[in-house]
Amino acid sequence: MKSLRIWIKRNVKLFFKDKGLFFTSLITPAILLVLYITFLEKVYRDSFGMALPGNFLLSEDIIDAVVGGQLISSLLAVSCVTVAFCSNMLMVQDKLTGAARDIGLSPVPPHLPALSYYLSTLAVTVLIALVAVGGGFVYLGVMGWYLSVADVLLLLLDVFLLVMFGTVLSSIINFFLSSQGQISAVGTIVSSGYGFLCGAYMPISQFPEGLQRVISFLPGTYGTSLLRNHAMRGALEAMKEEGVPQEIVELIRDSIDCNLYFFDTKVEEWVMFAILGGSVALLLAVYILLNLRRAKQIV
Amino acid sequence: MNQATYAIEIQGLSKRFGTIQAVDRVSFSVKRGELFAFLGVNGAGKSTTIAMLCGQLKKDSGEILIGGVSPTTHGEQIKRSLGVVFQQSVLDRALTVRDNLESRAALYGIYGKELARRLTELSELLELDSLLSRPLGKLSGGQQRRIDIARALIHRPQILILDEPTTGLDPQTRRSVWQVISRLQRTEGLTVFLTTHYMEEAAEADHVVILESGSVVAEGTPLELKNRYTGDFILLYGVTEEEVRSLGVPSDRVESIPDGWRIGVAHTKAATDLIVAHPHIFRDYEIVKGRMDDVFLSVTGKTLSEEAGGET
Repeated sequence: MKSLRIWIKRNVKLFFKDKGLFFTSLITPAILLVLYITFLEKVYRDSFGMALPGNFLLSEDIIDAVVGGQLISSLLAVSCVTVAFCSNMLMVQDKLTGAARDIGLSPVPPHLPALSYYLSTLAVTVLIALVAVGGGFVYLGVMGWYLSVADVLLLLLDVFLLVMFGTVLSSIINFFLSSQGQISAVGTIVSSGYGFLCGAYMPISQFPEGLQRVISFLPGTYGTSLLRNHAMRGALEAMKEEGVPQEIVELIRDSIDCNLYFFDTKVEEWVMFAILGGSVALLLAVYILLNLRRAKQIV
Repeated sequence: MNQATYAIEIQGLSKRFGTIQAVDRVSFSVKRGELFAFLGVNGAGKSTTIAMLCGQLKKDSGEILIGGVSPTTHGEQIKRSLGVVFQQSVLDRALTVRDNLESRAALYGIYGKELARRLTELSELLELDSLLSRPLGKLSGGQQRRIDIARALIHRPQILILDEPTTGLDPQTRRSVWQVISRLQRTEGLTVFLTTHYMEEAAEADHVVILESGSVVAEGTPLELKNRYTGDFILLYGVTEEEVRSLGVPSDRVESIPDGWRIGVAHTKAATDLIVAHPHIFRDYEIVKGRMDDVFLSVTGKTLSEEAGGET
């Protein structure tokens, strides 16, 4: 146990001392912030304006809260996964530097390094995600705070589940990587692709129908939707209280991915939790099996 | 480990990668406490043999015993008895020396007071005091090698495997690394298993094995190998080329050296006969054994010094 703790500490230290890993992990959230500042905020506001009935006047505070909620849910959706991928690249770097070989020479059980990579990635990603959550809450406080205590707690649960998902997914993919070129390729694909796939840059509802169906098979999609639901639920409720008809609110929820459909069937919130949690459990089992198989290949 | 005479015993060890026979029925033994040199050009099979020795690669056939026990049945015990210095440092350059040694010690269940005690011992042995708080990447090549050696010794192994430990280092740093290794062998009673491209290092070994294309092609003490494969050399100074030619030695046995000539003869008696027959020419001379470079060249037809820096 103490050995595991020391190796987690070593991995975390290496991540924060390696400027390449640390800043690469922040690229996707940074791109999203730039997009938001330059045009996404205006697009979101305009789309709300168009969704509302003719001459209906909604308080600016609520619109700010919904737009802000969209931003922070997008930021968290990408950060939880891309930071995990970058942090977990240490597993591949250790193969390249020979550290993995050094570990293999010691009498330590094979699960220790695997577990240390998983837990250190989890710790680093949770830490960065919590900083992002804190920043997001401050931003929402300025723009318009409509979150209940339950919303805050559920949002934290979403973040934790999504970080678990990003960590175990990156553990499995990185398990097979062994060169600098592969690190760059996977890093680039994840950084540039995941933001689109999870609907952070553009709502999934605006994708072509075929692509929406494909994306509905990806567990991360439901993580984004959970974040959207909990970041904007209060503001959307406030809309209803101001007199916006229920049907219009549902249309807005559809347009910003609070409602997701699996082949035309609306996916309930508890099902989203079950899909995300189940995926984490399944992928963890795969990761454990991969490590057991590798351990058997050594003498 | 038990008290077997041999620290390492290898019998008929083989390993094939696809169509390439990397190691072919290799057999040798390393006595406890000796300095053992394992020589071969790149691709000769040295690293493959070491990887099997350390339990990092499965053997196809043959037997490996370390301290009298097999890695297959006593894997953990054997891993605790081996310390390895890799050709290139495998430590974390961004972390301090102390952090590096702490994480590696943890792999052997060494922490807290026991780690502090071991760090003190290693600091005295390898003069690490001023380096412990510095990031590894900021240290010189020689200092980094000392840290690599400290890492290999952190768990008090009985066998120290040095995989080309001085490749790429300047001569002065090489000398200082060797002083450290010699001191360790004396004070800690370590068995040292060395692969190197520097023949003057192999000449200091108690026993040498030369590997070529996966097979052992020569083995013995440096003296035995020199006697068997190179004969003697007379270093003759202060004479002209005509005088050397007048000795009647075949030209391929004569080599020009700074201030003189190096003349190859079959053995010491042949050297004595040549000197007695030409006393007027042999005014300033010395008789020396062949060098390990000559042994290697004679055995493999290749020179090892040109190979420095590659994977084997």
